[in-house]
Amino acid sequence: MLKILKYSFFDLIRSKWSYVYFFFYLVISSSLLYLSGDISKVIISLMNIILILVPLIASIFGVMYYYNSREFTELLLAQPIKRTNIFLGQYIGLAVSLSSSLLFGLGIPFLLFGIFRSAEIWNFIILIVTGVFLTFIFSAISFLVALKNENRLKGFGIVIFLWMFMAIIYDGLFLLSLIVFKEYPIETISLTLSMLNPIDLSRILILLKLDISALMGYTGAVFRKFFGTDTGLLLSTLILIMWTVLPVWAIVRVSGRKNF
Amino acid sequence: MSHIIQIANLYKSFGKTKVLQGIDLNFEESKISVVLGPNSSGKTTLIKSILGMVIPESGSIKVMRKEIKNQWAYRENISYLPQIANFPANLTVQELVNMITDLRGKATHEESDLINDFGLGPFMKIRLTNLSGGTKQKVNILLAFMYDSPIMMLDEPTNGLDPVALIRLKTLINRKKAEGKSFLITTHIMQLVEELADEIVFILEGMVYFKGTVASLKKTFDEPNIEKAIAKILLKNNVV
Repeated sequence: MLKILKYSFFDLIRSKWSYVYFFFYLVISSSLLYLSGDISKVIISLMNIILILVPLIASIFGVMYYYNSREFTELLLAQPIKRTNIFLGQYIGLAVSLSSSLLFGLGIPFLLFGIFRSAEIWNFIILIVTGVFLTFIFSAISFLVALKNENRLKGFGIVIFLWMFMAIIYDGLFLLSLIVFKEYPIETISLTLSMLNPIDLSRILILLKLDISALMGYTGAVFRKFFGTDTGLLLSTLILIMWTVLPVWAIVRVSGRKNF
Repeated sequence: MSHIIQIANLYKSFGKTKVLQGIDLNFEESKISVVLGPNSSGKTTLIKSILGMVIPESGSIKVMRKEIKNQWAYRENISYLPQIANFPANLTVQELVNMITDLRGKATHEESDLINDFGLGPFMKIRLTNLSGGTKQKVNILLAFMYDSPIMMLDEPTNGLDPVALIRLKTLINRKKAEGKSFLITTHIMQLVEELADEIVFILEGMVYFKGTVASLKKTFDEPNIEKAIAKILLKNNVV
């Protein structure tokens, strides 16, 4: 599996899209840093970009990479390699190369700006960690969708819809439910609901870390009380891990039965 | 004569389409077996079942007397040339060769001969995305013949080849056969069948319709060449 991972990674890291992705983060974060100079504010701006963009790019790259390397996958399937290792290797190669674009694109400007001497270091690390988690989660989901759908257009459609649902529609429905049930004590439900969506969960994690949860009113206080504790942090990390492991487990299962 | 691949009672369908309907077939060692059949008769599915890429519903496949279900290490004994040559776009030919060698981990003593024979030398440092279809097929051939596997499975090996490369490919196949390798080839080029085949397997609607030598095929259907014999089978069965 390590060999497949290595080759997928090097194949991807040399594609021009990896560079475009890398330079995008490099330009955005360095211009934000030099324009505002306030690391905390820059992290919030970047959070808004990352929470939308990382899942979208990971989804699109995931399906694109799977479909584009299909014939090559067939070549690998004819080699004496275990099936599971082929798909896991490709998936991890993809997720790692996307994550490194993110890591270096954001890391270099922050490093030059002196993040290690700043008090914001942990906030920055949380930003990177959630970004990496989202990359792994959404590339696994898109890989799974592509595995299950031979039809490229359908695969793309499903992945884009899933992204839109989790990044945009889910929040709308969530807000709507808060308004409809405003007479009831729904903190626990809203807490649960936001934990179920990896994008929402990441957003809350970052906002709470940045200590601006006061802006979120009473619900924010409930969230703070929950996420501020070790249990809360542990639980949210567990859920992010679960969101990563479940699609990967499904990839293993589906790929084992698939005909090529 | 020992059987290198044994297939018994093999069934496979994709949704409602029954592709393989009870294939019983043995391939003999050190022979060139050509699998023929109209489009969508199940040739590629058969080959892919042997490779474990397609998972059959029932039946058994043995490669070198070992059941292959849920196995993968047996593929060390098989070199496969797929029908469509498409590789990771950003790798160069040399990197791809190194990669497959790395994955298979077997000596490639003939690599440079093959590169010379098929004129691939100038292309080794070029990225695969910039190669023409014919050159890609040559890379495909290089990858299949580089390894010392006892079984060679070639799915439409002549696709896009120029006449020089075609002649070299035929020479190569004959030489490898003399070295004791067993071939399983699918093709639509009847001339290739006449020149190479020790044995023809004709598949029709997922079943073995005919198995025998070129001479016996001609004799059975009373035709002077394979093309006409095959056409006769197809017309008789209302396939076309």
